[in-house]
Amino acid sequence: MSQLPAFTLRVPENTESDGQEPSPDNEGALHSSFCELIEEQSSLVAGAIEMELQERSREPSALLPPLDPMATAGLEPKQGEQHPGYATTLRILANMPSHTIGRSRGAIISQYYNRTARLRRRSSRPSLQQLSHTARPSLRQYDLESDPTNATLADKQSLLAKELLSLPPAQRSQVLLEVPLSLEEKRSLRRQLSQRRSTPGLRVHSSEPTSPCAWCQDCIVLGCRTLWYRFLALIHAAQPWHYALKQISGRFGSSVLSYFLFLKTLLLFNIISFLLLLVFVVALQAAYPPAVASPRPFTGLELLTGAGSFTHSLLYYGYYSNTTLNDPSASSPSGSTSPSRATQLPYNMPLAYMFTIGANFFATCILLMYSMYHSFLKSYRVGSSTGVLAIKIFSAWDFKVVQRHSVKLQSENICTQLKELLAEQRLRSCPLSLPQRLRHITVLLLAWLLALGTVLGCVVAVYYFSELMHMVQQKQGAAAGSVWLQEGVLLALPFVVSLLNTLMPHFYNLLAAWEKQDSPEAEVYVAICRNLLLKMVVLGLLCYQWLSRRLVCSAKECWETCVGQDLYRFVVMDFIFTLLDTGFGELLWRLILEKKLKSKRRPEFDIAQNVLELIYGQTLTWLGVLFAPLLPAVQVVKLLLLFYIKKTSLMQNCQSPSKPWQASHMSTVFITLLFFPSFLGAAIFVSYTIWWEKPSETCGPFRGLQTIYQTPKVWVELLEESNPNIAWFGWIPQYLVENTVFLFFLTGMVLAVIYFNIQVLRGQRQIICLLEEQIANEGEDKKFLIQRIHCIYDDKVHCA
Amino acid sequence: MPKEQRENACSVPLLLVAQCQPCPEPSPSWQANPFQHRICHVFSTSVDGDDSLSFEDFLDMLSAFSDAATSDIKSNYAFRIFDFNDDGVLDRKDLEELVNCLTGQGEEARLSSAEMEQLICNVLEESDIDKDGTINLSEFQHVISRSPDFVSTFAVGRARALCVCSSSGFGAGWLPSGNSSVQGARSIP
Repeated sequence: MSQLPAFTLRVPENTESDGQEPSPDNEGALHSSFCELIEEQSSLVAGAIEMELQERSREPSALLPPLDPMATAGLEPKQGEQHPGYATTLRILANMPSHTIGRSRGAIISQYYNRTARLRRRSSRPSLQQLSHTARPSLRQYDLESDPTNATLADKQSLLAKELLSLPPAQRSQVLLEVPLSLEEKRSLRRQLSQRRSTPGLRVHSSEPTSPCAWCQDCIVLGCRTLWYRFLALIHAAQPWHYALKQISGRFGSSVLSYFLFLKTLLLFNIISFLLLLVFVVALQAAYPPAVASPRPFTGLELLTGAGSFTHSLLYYGYYSNTTLNDPSASSPSGSTSPSRATQLPYNMPLAYMFTIGANFFATCILLMYSMYHSFLKSYRVGSSTGVLAIKIFSAWDFKVVQRHSVKLQSENICTQLKELLAEQRLRSCPLSLPQRLRHITVLLLAWLLALGTVLGCVVAVYYFSELMHMVQQKQGAAAGSVWLQEGVLLALPFVVSLLNTLMPHFYNLLAAWEKQDSPEAEVYVAICRNLLLKMVVLGLLCYQWLSRRLVCSAKECWETCVGQDLYRFVVMDFIFTLLDTGFGELLWRLILEKKLKSKRRPEFDIAQNVLELIYGQTLTWLGVLFAPLLPAVQVVKLLLLFYIKKTSLMQNCQSPSKPWQASHMSTVFITLLFFPSFLGAAIFVSYTIWWEKPSETCGPFRGLQTIYQTPKVWVELLEESNPNIAWFGWIPQYLVENTVFLFFLTGMVLAVIYFNIQVLRGQRQIICLLEEQIANEGEDKKFLIQRIHCIYDDKVHCA
Repeated sequence: MPKEQRENACSVPLLLVAQCQPCPEPSPSWQANPFQHRICHVFSTSVDGDDSLSFEDFLDMLSAFSDAATSDIKSNYAFRIFDFNDDGVLDRKDLEELVNCLTGQGEEARLSSAEMEQLICNVLEESDIDKDGTINLSEFQHVISRSPDFVSTFAVGRARALCVCSSSGFGAGWLPSGNSSVQGARSIP
C-alpha cells in the first residue's frame, strides 16, 4: 500500500474501536490528523509540481491559479490580509483531479486507465475485507495498490498499456481512438502494447528472419489497405456537389448549408422514384407502344402546358395500356420483337403500374422515416431546452467559416444574438405591466386573425377563379378560339396559385415585423406555420376540385390525364415563379440597396421560405405520380437547375441570415414537415383515388374496372382459377389489408412503444436532476472542508 | 525485417518531413479565425514552447476537427482551446475572453460590462453544478452533451482539410506505415 487516498481520515485507534463516529471530545485528535494531512499534501504537491515541470515545461501558470475560484467559493480573502494557509490551499485545489484533467496529459492517462479498469472489472469487485472501514464505497472500484494518481508519466503509460491488453482487440482500438492524446503518445502506447503482446516465447519466433511467404502476405495486406484508403477518399471526393457545398458552408455557415442538403435529399428521393417507374412501367410501355391516333406536331408550348403533343405520350396515365404486354396467346402485335424468340414473357401492365406506384410510395415512406429518425437522433438531446446561453457561447462559433468577411459577419451575428438573448432574459425577469401585456396579446390576436383571414380569402379566390376558368373553357369549347387563348385558359389557374404562394410570404414577413414576437425562434416557427397553412389549404382545395372533375381540360374523355396535365403545369409554374422570386427578391433588391440606397447590407437568404417552396414542389410531384409517371423526372430536372441557380444567386447577391438558426434542429423540423402534411397528404389522396374513384372508361391501364384496387383482386382470382393450390394467397389481402383488426393491432403496438419511450425519457430527466443535486452537495462538502482546514490551521498557529 | 522494425523504418521519413517543415504560423485558411493562436498552442507538442506545429500535430488537429472524431475528443480539445490561462478550468476571465473572441475585436461589437456580467453570471449558473465558480472539464462536457450543434460546428470537413493540408506545403501523402495511416482527416487511431 503506497499511500492512502487523500480523502481517508487517519483517525486514531481509540475512536475507531467502538465503531462510532468521532465525538466532539476527540476533536483534538481530528485537528492534529487534519494538520498532518495538510503537511503531507503540501509535500506531495511540491513533489508533483516538480514532476509536472519535467513533463511539460509550459505550465508555470498552473502553479498559481487565479484568486477568483476561492473568492466565489465564499472564502473571501480579507482586504490586505491573506489567510496564511491560502497559498497552500490554492496549490492543493489546483491539483484536484477535476482541475488537472483539463490540462495535464498524465491525468488523462490516469482517467483512461481507470475507465479501462472499470470496463474490465464490471463483474468482479475486490472484496470488502481488503479495504479499511473508512473507505468510501466508490473506492471499491479502484485497485488501491496500483492507484496511478501519484505515479510518474511513464508508469502511468505502462499501467494503461497493461489494462488495454486485457481488452478484446476491437474494443482496444476503439479506446485508443477515443483517447484525446497526441499522435506521439498514441504511437508510444501502441509500441508498448506490441512489445507486451509478444511474450518471450513468441518474441523468439518473430525475431527470426521471416519466410518469403509471410513477407508476401504482409506486402499484400499493406497494398490492399492502401488501395482501400484511396478508394474511400475517391468516394468522398466523388459525392455530387461536394466542393460546391463546402464553398457554401465556408461563406455562409451551416444554416444556409441545411437548405442545400435538404435539396440534395429531395433529389435522391426523386431519382429513386424515377428509376423505379422507369424500369417497371415506362420502359416496357415504350417498348410496346399502343396504337395511337395521329400525334400532333410538337410546338414549344407543350413544355409549358403539358398539353398538345404531350397528351398522348408516356408522360401521362392515358397512354398506358390495360392489357398484358407481349402476351404469347394474343396475336403478335405490330412492331413487336421477332416471333423466333424462344421465350416470351408476358407482362401484366395494369398490375405492374399499380404495384410500382405502391412500391414507390412505400420506399419513399421508409426513406423518409429513416431520415427523420437519423435527423432526430442527431438533433435531440435530453435537457437541451435549459442552459441556452452556455450552449450558445460554447457551440456558436462555426469553424467551417473561413473567409475574412464571413468571419467578421459571424462575429456580428453572434454579438447580436447574445444581446437579444440577454434582453429577452431581462424582459422575462421584469415582466410587463398589465396594459402592456394586454396590448401585446391584442396585437398577436389581430395578426393571427389577419393571417387566417388572408388564407381564407386566398382559398375563396382560388375557388371562384377556377370556376370562372371552367366556365370560360366550356364557352370556348363551343366556339373555336385561338390557340393562345386556349393555352392561356389552361395556364391561368396555376399562374394565380403560384402568384399567391409567392406574394403571401412577403406579406407575412411584414406582419411579423409589425407583430414583434418575443424571441427570434418563435418568429421563425410562426412564419413557417402560416406559410404552410396557406399552401396546404390551397392544395387541399385543388385536390377536391380534381376529384370532383371540375377542371379545365384538353383531353375531355380522360380525367386522369387532365389531372396529370394540371399537376405538370403547376410544377412548371412553381419553377418559373421561384426563378422570378430569386431574380426580383435577391438580384434586384441587391441592386437597389447598392445603387439607390448605397447601403452595404445585402438581402438575406430566407431559409424557411425557400425550404417551404421545396416542400410544396415535392408535394405536387407526389400527388401527380399516379397520373403522370414521368413527373419525378421533371422534378429531378427542376431540382438540378434550381441548385445551380440558387447557388449562383446566393454567391452573388446574398449574405448569411442574421437571425439565430439551430441547423440540426431546423433540419429535423423540415424533414418532419416533409413527412407529415406533405407526404401523408399525398399518400392519402392517392390511396383515396385507388380505393374509391372510378377510372375512366376509354383510357389508361385500369379502364373498365370499378376501382383501381380491383386489379390485384382480379389477378388473384385468375391465379386461383389456374392453380387451386395457392388459394391461400388470396387470404393475404382479405385478412391483412381489408380487415381492420390487424391495423388496430399495429397501431396499438406503435402507441405502446411510443409511451414506453416517453416514460424512459422522463426517468432519465429525473435522474439527471438527482445527479446535479448530488454534485452541488459535493461542492458544499468541499467548501465546508476547506473552511474547517483553515480553522484548524488557525488553531494550530495560535497554539504554536 | 520483423514487424516492429519495419514499422519504425516507415515512420522515420514522416519524422524527417516533420522536422524539415514545421508550421510556425497558423494555416492559411484560419488566418481570420479568432481562435487560431489557441488552436496552435493546444495542438503543439514542441518542447521550445513556440507553439509551432509539426506534421503530426497538424494531423492531430485535422483529426480532432474531422467529422469522424467523437464528441468526447472534440469536447476535450474545445475545453483546452477555451481555457485561455491553461489552468484546467474555465473561470470568469476565460469566459470573458471567450465572449470577446466570439463577438469580435471592434469596439462597437463588444458587449457592455453590464451585459458581460449578466452573461457570465447566467452561464455559470447554468453550467457550474458544484458551485465553485469555475467550469471544469466534466461540467463542460455536460453542457456540450446538451448541444446537438456542437459536433457540426466544431468541425472542418474533409475537402477543406485536404486543401488546407496541401496549401500549407505538407501534401496529403499516403504513408504505408502499419501503425498510423494518414487519411486526410479521418480520426487517427
